[in-house]
Amino acid sequence: MRTTRRLLAAAAAAVTVAGLLAACGGGDSGTSTESATGKITYFTFSAAPDHLKELDALKAEFEKQNPGITVEVQTAAYADYFTKLQTSIAGGNAPDTFELNYENFVTYAKAGALMGLDDVAKADSDYKADRVYPKALQAFQLKGKQYGMPSTFSDVVLFYNSKLFDAAGVAYPTASWTWDDEKAAAEKLTDKAKGVYGDYQPVTFYEFYKALAQNGGSFLSEDGKKATFNDAKGLEAAQWLLGKPGTVQPTVAEIGGKADYDTALFKSGKLAMWHSGIWMFSSLADAKDLGYDIVVEPGKAQKASAVFFNATAVSAKTKKGTAAWKWARFLSTSDTTVQTRLASSWELPAVNDQTAFDSYLKQTPPANRQAVFDSLNAVALPPVIGDQQAQMQDLVTKALEKAASGQATAQQALDEAAAAVTALIK
Amino acid sequence: MSAQRRWRNAGVAAIFLAPSLVTLLAFWIGPMIGTVWVSFQDWNLIGVPSFVGLDNYAELAKDADFHAALLHTLLYLAGYLPLVLILGLAVALLLNAKLPAMTLYRAMFFLPVVSSWVAISLLWKWLLNPAGGLVDKALGLVGIDGPGWWTDPTWAMPSVVLASVWKDVGFVAVILLAGLQAIPKDLLEAADLDGASAWRRLRSITLPLLSPSLFFVTVISLINGFQVFDQVWVMTGGGPGGASSVVVEQIVRYAFSYGRVGYASAMSIVLFAIILVVTVAQLRLQRRWVQYD
Repeated sequence: MRTTRRLLAAAAAAVTVAGLLAACGGGDSGTSTESATGKITYFTFSAAPDHLKELDALKAEFEKQNPGITVEVQTAAYADYFTKLQTSIAGGNAPDTFELNYENFVTYAKAGALMGLDDVAKADSDYKADRVYPKALQAFQLKGKQYGMPSTFSDVVLFYNSKLFDAAGVAYPTASWTWDDEKAAAEKLTDKAKGVYGDYQPVTFYEFYKALAQNGGSFLSEDGKKATFNDAKGLEAAQWLLGKPGTVQPTVAEIGGKADYDTALFKSGKLAMWHSGIWMFSSLADAKDLGYDIVVEPGKAQKASAVFFNATAVSAKTKKGTAAWKWARFLSTSDTTVQTRLASSWELPAVNDQTAFDSYLKQTPPANRQAVFDSLNAVALPPVIGDQQAQMQDLVTKALEKAASGQATAQQALDEAAAAVTALIK
Repeated sequence: MSAQRRWRNAGVAAIFLAPSLVTLLAFWIGPMIGTVWVSFQDWNLIGVPSFVGLDNYAELAKDADFHAALLHTLLYLAGYLPLVLILGLAVALLLNAKLPAMTLYRAMFFLPVVSSWVAISLLWKWLLNPAGGLVDKALGLVGIDGPGWWTDPTWAMPSVVLASVWKDVGFVAVILLAGLQAIPKDLLEAADLDGASAWRRLRSITLPLLSPSLFFVTVISLINGFQVFDQVWVMTGGGPGGASSVVVEQIVRYAFSYGRVGYASAMSIVLFAIILVVTVAQLRLQRRWVQYD
C-alpha cells in the first residue's frame, strides 16, 4: 500500500509539475547492499566547472583499485543541483551516491532518502573513522547515526588586494581587525572615479547569519523553536551588510545582474577587500600579478567564520550499497583524494591529518594560507531548521533585499522574516 | 448502416484519434487529475506523501506572499492586456495597408512571437540593464536619468510588461490581421462613398466586424497573462525582495526549491479555478459586444 502510494505520488508529481515523465521503476529495495560490483552513479555540485579533470582522475584511480566497479559521474551547477536531485529521487531514479551539504543534509536524512552508513562502515576493515575530521563527521549525523561521509570542507575569509592597500597608504588587514577597522579602510580605499571599490560582501542569508554570530547574536532561540534574529544584534548585523552597497560596494543596479561580478572585479584589481570562500583560490590562480592575500574575517563582539561541510551520501534505494560505500569512503579519506584536492585547492579534504595539509600551506598565493585553518578556531555553522531549510534561507535573503531596495526598514523586514521563519519551524 | 459497419468506422476513428488522445491523457488530463490529488498531500518529493486534506488550501488563504503574488499577477495583466491589444490592433491596421514589401514587415513583427521566451527575456534584461543598458543610454542622450528597471521594486513589473508586450504584439496583430482581411472591401468602399471618415469607418464597420477576432485574442492573452512566468523568472526572479513575484513563479519555487509539492499543487488548482471563472465570465459577456454577423 505504502509503495503503491509512493509510486503514484512520484508519478503524479514528476509528470504534473515537472512535465517530465519519470519511470517509477526500481521497486522498493530498501537498504539492500547485496552487490559489491557493477556500475554506480555519482551526482555532484562541487566539481563543475573548475575540477572536472581532477574528478576524472579520482574516478580512474578508484576504478583501478576496485576492479568490477565503474562510476558514472553527473555534475550540475550548485544553483540547479538540488532541484535535479529532488526530481530524480521523486521519479525513482536517485543516483546511487550524491553530494550533500551540511544545511540540506537533515532534510534528506529525515525524509528517509539516505542509507545509514554505520553497518557498511563496521563491515569494512579498511575504514578508520579517526582519519575523518571529527567536526565534519558529526555534521552528517542524525540522532547518532552516520548518513554521509564527509568529503570536503571550506571556509570564508577576507581576501584583500595588497597593491590597492599600498597605493592608498592603508595598513593591511590583520587577524585582530574588527568591523570598524574594515569600514574605515573600505572608505579610504573606495575611489569611484577610478572604479575602485573598498569592499564586497553579498547581502544574503549566508553573510547575515555569520555577521549575526560575529555580533554575538543568535539566529534561533536556544530550543531552536523560534527565530531570534530580529533583535538589536540582528538589526546591527543587517545594517552592517546593508550599509556597504552604494558606499564602499557597488549597488545591485550598478552590478546589473552580471554573473560572477565580484570575482571579475577582484581579479581586475579594482576591489580592495572581498568576503569570499577558499574555493576561489583555484580560479584566482591565473591572476598572477594581482598581489592578493587573505586574513581571518574581522569580527565584532567575537570572531566567527563561516564553514561549509560537504559529504557523499548513499541513496536509500541503491542496490549497490557496498560499492557505493567504497566510493564514498574513497572520496573522503583515500590518499589519492586528499592529494588531488590539496594540489588543486579543490576545497579541503575532510581529514584529520595535519601533515597532509602541510603541502597545502606551502602553496602560494595566498601567502597567509594559515588563515584558512585559523578561521576554524571560531566558526559559525549555518542555522539548520530541517525540512524547510531552503525556504528559510530564501525568506532571510528576501528580507534583506526588501530592506536594501527600500520596500521596508531593516527592522520591519527582519520582524516579518523572523515571524515567517518561526512559523516554518514545526 | 449496419451495426458492424458502424463499429468498424469507430475503430478507424479511434486509430486516428489515438496519437493525440493518448498524449493528451498522459501529459495533460492525467497530470491535471494528479495535481488535484497531490494538492491534498504534504509531500517534499523525497519522502513519503501524507494526506492533509484541505490544509494546503487553508494555508493559502492566510499566505501573505501568495496574496501578493496574486496581486502582482493582476497588476501585470492591468499593464499587459490593454497595451498588447491596442498596439496589436494598431500594428494589424498598419500591416493591412497596401505597401511594397509588406510580407517582410509582417514577418518582422512575427519574429519575436516564434522566438524563445528565455531569449527574449534575456534580451530585454540587457536592454533594460541599469548598468549600461541600451535603453538607459538612449534616455541619457536626451538628458533623462533612467530608472533601475528590474533592480528597482517600482520598475520591476513594468520592465516585465514591456518585454512581454514587445514579444506578443506580433501574435495579436497576426490574428487581427486575418480578421481584418475577412472584412468585405465593398462595405468599407460604400461607407467611403457615403462620406464616412476613416475614424468613423474603423468604429462602425471594422471594429464590430473584427469583434470575434478581438474576443479570441483577449481570451488567449488573459489566460497567458495569468500564467506569466518565463519573463519574470529570467528578468527579475520575482525580486527585488518579492516585488515582482507572480503566481506561477511561486508554484515553481515551492515545488522545486522548497520541496513543497502539495502546497504548490494547491496553488496551481487555485490559479486554474481563477482562470476558469474569468474565461467563463468572458464567454458570457461576449454576447454584449461580439458580433458574429
